[in-house]
Amino acid sequence: MSTQSLRWWSWIHKWSSLVCTAFMLLLCLTGLPLIYHHEIGHLLGNDVEAPALAPDLQANPPRANLDDVIASAKALYPNKIMMYMSQELDEPAIWNVTLGDHPNDEHYKPIAVDARTAKVITEPAFEGGAFMSTMLRLHVDMFAGLPGMLFLGAMGLLLIVAIVSGVVLYAPFMRKLDFGTVRHERSTRLKWLDLHNLLGIVTLVWALVVGATGVINTLADVLLKVWQSTEIAAMIEPYKDARPLVRMASVDAAVKTAMAAEPGMQVGFIAFPGTPFASPHHYGVFMHGDQAFTSRLYKPVLIDAGNGSITDRRELPWYLTALLVSQPLHFGDYGGGWMQFLWAVLDVATIVVLGSGLYLWVKRGRRARAEARQEHGQKAPAVQPVLARSGGER
Amino acid sequence: MSSPFMKLWGMPILLGILTVIGLLSALFGDGVWDALSAVTLGVPVAVGAWFSLRRKRH
Repeated sequence: MSTQSLRWWSWIHKWSSLVCTAFMLLLCLTGLPLIYHHEIGHLLGNDVEAPALAPDLQANPPRANLDDVIASAKALYPNKIMMYMSQELDEPAIWNVTLGDHPNDEHYKPIAVDARTAKVITEPAFEGGAFMSTMLRLHVDMFAGLPGMLFLGAMGLLLIVAIVSGVVLYAPFMRKLDFGTVRHERSTRLKWLDLHNLLGIVTLVWALVVGATGVINTLADVLLKVWQSTEIAAMIEPYKDARPLVRMASVDAAVKTAMAAEPGMQVGFIAFPGTPFASPHHYGVFMHGDQAFTSRLYKPVLIDAGNGSITDRRELPWYLTALLVSQPLHFGDYGGGWMQFLWAVLDVATIVVLGSGLYLWVKRGRRARAEARQEHGQKAPAVQPVLARSGGER
Repeated sequence: MSSPFMKLWGMPILLGILTVIGLLSALFGDGVWDALSAVTLGVPVAVGAWFSLRRKRH
């Protein structure tokens, strides 16, 4: 690599990293507890468990009528309206219901209802309690809403630039060294340079994937808006002059209709009229498969909330499929306990890479100034090859 | 591993391929696929830990 291109790549690596490092440290630190949000919820007593059924019902648990499930939840907040109800594949005994003052209420009330008896189980802590909620908000948008999300997305793009330029710089630094060399004995700076290179190259693909999928996730709101204004708008075109709903059709019947239309699929969640996943006149019943991969792919069935008939159903557009598939790759929640653990270790390794990068920059800046002072007054400093400055000669 | 290119990039490429297998396998299945994912993702983590924590004896 020529000295000139080395300088150029060093410059890119330095500035792309410096700009995003503080935010990446924030994301790594807040992401760590989020990896274990289920376990932390359990420790804090914030997780929801379905009560045991009477012995005579256990063998063949009943399925409560969904309209009764909704009625139980609404009895707690008679003035609020339904926003969503959803079910986890591995917890069919619980319906997670959210109620709000309006369909886009950010301060919604989560309510867990027994899917077998239609009795309210509990009102779970909002977003898993104050601590987890703070971690989540810091991680997603730094409490700054959509601009915050998009800003973090831009920082994620810089991280990708930093990773790619770091790989380019790996070659000149490591050419003369065996893989994994860490020179403990020379100087602290050299040791951390080697650790930076080692952990950087080891976490490379993981960091790229988590970074890129994180960037995709920051576009979630934007992608949903695009979908609403194109596909949903087309599906509800016949309803554009319809009068507001006065009486809502049975949700239980609507879901049965959707399940009959998509045999072999399960209900993932139901979006109620007015929410971003439905229309003012429709229930959005989102069906998904029950296998590892197909459970990530949703198929919306729009049901007329006035008369309970199917208005339209289509495949999700590619960009929402991409969003849904990118989410597990960001969260690391799809491979069990070992994957969570490895995700946490890789997260910590990334913190070390970020921290050592910052340390190397500070050290190098100091040394460059010291050298400048030394050379001042002597002969004009020859342009030193970058590698001689950053390599192992001292 | 004899060519200069493979000496430099052999290990990073191997670890990168293992990471990709680890990330994808758990996505497409459970059980055995999760185990494969744990092993293939575990190798880069183990390699990183081994080389950063070991100290050469003089």
